[in-house]
Amino acid sequence: MPDILGVIIAKYNYWLFIVLMMVGLYAMIAKNNLIKKLVGMNIFQTAIIFFFISIAYKKGATLPIIENAHGHSDPVIYAAQYMNPLPHVLMLTAIVVSVATFGVALALAVKIYRRYQTLEEDEIRIRMRHK
Amino acid sequence: MEPIISIKPLLAVLASLLVIPVLISSSDRPNIREGWTILAGIVKFSIVVSMLPAVLQGQELVYTLFSFVPGVSIKFRVDSLGMLFALVASFLWIVTSIYSIGYMRGLKEHSQTRFFSFFALALSATIGVAFSANLLTLYMFYEILSLSTYPLVVHHQDEESRKSGRKYLIYILGASIALVLPSMIVCYNIAGTLSFSSQGILAGQASPAVLAILLFLFVFGFAKAAIMPLHAWLPAAMVAPTPVSALLHAVAVVKVGVFSIIRVLTGIFGIELLSALNLGHVIGYIAAITILVGSLIAISQNELKRLLAFSTVSQLSYIILGVALLTPKGELGGIIHIVMHAFGKITLFFCAGAIMVTTGKKYISQMHGLGKQMPITFLAFFMGSLSVIGLPPTGGFYSKWYLVLGSLQAEQLPLLLVLLTSSFLNAVYFLPVVFKGFFAPVPSEGVNSHYQEAPAMCLYPLVITGLISVGLFFYPDLFKNLIQMSIG
Amino acid sequence: MNIQYPVLIIIIPLLAAVFSSALMWGNRRLVYPLCVLALAATAINTFLLLAEVVHSGPVNYLLAGWSPPWGIQMRVDLLNGLVLCIVSVVALINLIASFRSVQQELAEKTDSFYVLYLLFITGLLGVVITADLFNLYVLLEVTSLAAYAQIAMGDRDRAPLASLNYVFLGVIGASFYLLGVGYLYIKTGSLNMMDISNILLSVYSSIAVFTAFIFCMVGIWVKMALFPLHAWLPNAYTYAPTASSRILAPLMTKVMVYVMIRLMFSVFGMDYVFQELELSQHIVLLASIAIIAGAVLALAQNNLKKMLTYIIVSEIGYLVGGAWLGNTAALTGTILHVLNDALMTFCLFLAVGNMSYKLKNLDFDNLQGLFSKMPVTMAGFALAGVSIIGIPPTCGFFSKWFLISGALEAGNYLFLIALILSSLINAILFFRVFEICLFEPMQAGHGHDYAHEHPESGIREAPVSMLVTLMLVAASLLAVGLYSGMIVNQVVAPFVSGVVA
Repeated sequence: MPDILGVIIAKYNYWLFIVLMMVGLYAMIAKNNLIKKLVGMNIFQTAIIFFFISIAYKKGATLPIIENAHGHSDPVIYAAQYMNPLPHVLMLTAIVVSVATFGVALALAVKIYRRYQTLEEDEIRIRMRHK
Repeated sequence: MEPIISIKPLLAVLASLLVIPVLISSSDRPNIREGWTILAGIVKFSIVVSMLPAVLQGQELVYTLFSFVPGVSIKFRVDSLGMLFALVASFLWIVTSIYSIGYMRGLKEHSQTRFFSFFALALSATIGVAFSANLLTLYMFYEILSLSTYPLVVHHQDEESRKSGRKYLIYILGASIALVLPSMIVCYNIAGTLSFSSQGILAGQASPAVLAILLFLFVFGFAKAAIMPLHAWLPAAMVAPTPVSALLHAVAVVKVGVFSIIRVLTGIFGIELLSALNLGHVIGYIAAITILVGSLIAISQNELKRLLAFSTVSQLSYIILGVALLTPKGELGGIIHIVMHAFGKITLFFCAGAIMVTTGKKYISQMHGLGKQMPITFLAFFMGSLSVIGLPPTGGFYSKWYLVLGSLQAEQLPLLLVLLTSSFLNAVYFLPVVFKGFFAPVPSEGVNSHYQEAPAMCLYPLVITGLISVGLFFYPDLFKNLIQMSIG
Repeated sequence: MNIQYPVLIIIIPLLAAVFSSALMWGNRRLVYPLCVLALAATAINTFLLLAEVVHSGPVNYLLAGWSPPWGIQMRVDLLNGLVLCIVSVVALINLIASFRSVQQELAEKTDSFYVLYLLFITGLLGVVITADLFNLYVLLEVTSLAAYAQIAMGDRDRAPLASLNYVFLGVIGASFYLLGVGYLYIKTGSLNMMDISNILLSVYSSIAVFTAFIFCMVGIWVKMALFPLHAWLPNAYTYAPTASSRILAPLMTKVMVYVMIRLMFSVFGMDYVFQELELSQHIVLLASIAIIAGAVLALAQNNLKKMLTYIIVSEIGYLVGGAWLGNTAALTGTILHVLNDALMTFCLFLAVGNMSYKLKNLDFDNLQGLFSKMPVTMAGFALAGVSIIGIPPTCGFFSKWFLISGALEAGNYLFLIALILSSLINAILFFRVFEICLFEPMQAGHGHDYAHEHPESGIREAPVSMLVTLMLVAASLLAVGLYSGMIVNQVVAPFVSGVVA
């Protein structure tokens, strides 16, 4: 028992993102309303972004910005003091992708709404069959 | 001797392939279109004949097209066995084309351009099979033949054709994809090559059990040979127009089937290996069953073409039986039966078609007394049936004689009995047709029974093939020499 | 100019897309020629690149000169080179073939469509050429977004929902892949494929690496529609505009197969995948099920286009199974089949597009008598169908040969039976269509009643541009088949011998 607790506490960031991911996945699959599915999709993608950010953190490290370095000669830098900037950078791109996907999906939802006047998936399917 | 590299085998295959666009473009001028078909046939036959002298001297002509994996390529090789088959097929194409003109015009058939085009394609594939140097090339042309004959079988495009077409494909395509394809690849994996060689390529390469299974897969996989139980497509395919039935199911398609099996038996497995494994007997008995059952079913048939179809089923297994005896005389008998049966059967089908064109009848019971009004047709039918039964003075006697000698040589008395019984059965179902045709009284149903002889275009071909059936009794040497060269 | 080929392959279509969208407000008639020119230039580029790779080995390109693992690297070896050629050639031919159908189906939106088309191709080419795992994710999403948008432009009633479902599943797939990349990054600290493959050699037994592998694989499988993760494909491809389905069907899933092969053999390495993990038997079993399931589902369909999409699902099973058998012959078969399947699917969809140009509705009941009305199109369709069944000398036979050889060598008879069975079922599928198209709805009546040939007035064929492209692709099926030996020897075999132990 104490072992599992220890494991959970030590790796809480992983557990957090797994929970978020499952919430998102559940929403995408089980919810009927298209917008709720979209929100679930966004939560799902956000969970992964969190995961990446969390792995960049180091104990006792600070933000990866070198102070007062502009224009001065290169100071000595200890890499261990700074957090890993690469995952942050990657996630900037991933956020952009996520936003773009969300935008496209919303546009599709709008198009579906204009056509069927509803956003509930089962209702849409019924109306589709009747066309 | 070193094989000669020559492009002639490729040209022989291409002769009918290249004429297809010409046929399509002259579809509205039937005489020109038919003229092109016959011209292509003559060209093809000439190319084949031009290779004959070299082959008779023991040379082989080869031509490699595309190489695939090491040891396998698309390759042509003209040897004596292939030459024999190609001679028969290409000659009979000319004859059948002339016959088709008469038949198709006589019945005012539709889609004649499609008919002649796919016919030409089928013949290309047949010559391709004849000249294949390895199993892959043979398989390729075998499949092309299956596909190109499908439109011919379903030519009439009615419900009956649809069902028969389905049966045709299921048996032939199904068997070749399910059985031959994996066996071929297994063969390649075992032997590292697929080229036909005179001792076979599988000797000592795998366990007897594996080899036995492979053999059965090949024999049944080449369903065009109509070995029971994979024979049902042949009677079903009789819905096709008679020229299709004649050439393809008496000469090209079914002969491709048995030819492929012979190639596998002699070129992939090899006679020595088969004797060592005692597999010849098993194949022989399988063939014997087909021979007997085919003849028995034929007796019960009333529709003439179906009777002929079951007769073919039976006769094809004579060929297989001959080769399966694994003795020189047996092989000679079996292989030369390809030639004899071809000429005999095609005569019979031509007659059946001629009767159809002239009188519209297809049931034997309707044909009583018809011989008096169509004497030449029925006489040719008589000659053809004598050849298939195996009585002198027709060529069929020659092949049956050697089959009998071969079974004695192999000391297979049961098979000898089967051969004799079947000949007797053949007589039982053929001769009544002829006798009733000549001697039975004409049924008086009020039907106008003043029929003339068949149209000229139909009549000449059947007379020619009938005469050749008889002539082969007196002059079989060309083919005999070719076969003896291939047996070695 | 020589060394810039790799980046030009991406930049040309990208810039063309940007210029085209600018031209939408300017001279609209220049959009189409610009697109054709861009894709033609790209196609020539890819062939030159492939020739270079065949001649002197893999080509490396470092974007902006930054060296890995910090910079993004593009690497072209024999595998990529081949896939690049396939993508660009199919894209170019499709653009020419679909000119008419785009005009017919997407009347006012043709320019936007072409922009999306170019973006899609840019993304695909990028996915193939990049050697950086995260870059692959980004370009994958670029591709997918362009695909989602294209699909939504199709059938008014059903396309938006089909596209939305594809969005959901596509996001799951891509995100799983990203997750896998994240785990790999944790363990190796690098995002570059070659770099990672070196570093991984020392951390084989780590669970994180295993997790990374599984996530990457599952993500890719969702994207390539491996059964049972295929649910998005039939609807998305059926209801997309003709020009889109013609480009999506042959390319999208095959490029995902390429990514899988790349991950399995170049990044993780054969030792890891086949020796450390004991998964290959199970995956091949899954693939066999996919093959049969796709074929059986195809049998149940009444619409020609939908039937073809299920055949795609079946073909993906071939590819996944072949890659996971893990021997030389099977991998050769898989790579050759990527080429062949792209061509065959392309030919099929070209023919189907011609039919829908004329017929609008592709339910089976509508297709009767098509052989006499559209003979050239049906000839192309028949040839492609024969190729899918696997009859020589068409290309489909030759890749099947290798796959069957590989199955025999690996002793995996289940996969072998699945291959043979699916060939037979494909034969049934296609001949059923041929029957319907061949047999007009006539009743009893022998052909004897016909006193004349079918006159030319019965023929209502598609426009010439569509026919010529169809014939070209159909002829290539034969050509690629007959020259399989050369392709295998020059391009595929050196790659396979390099990665398979």
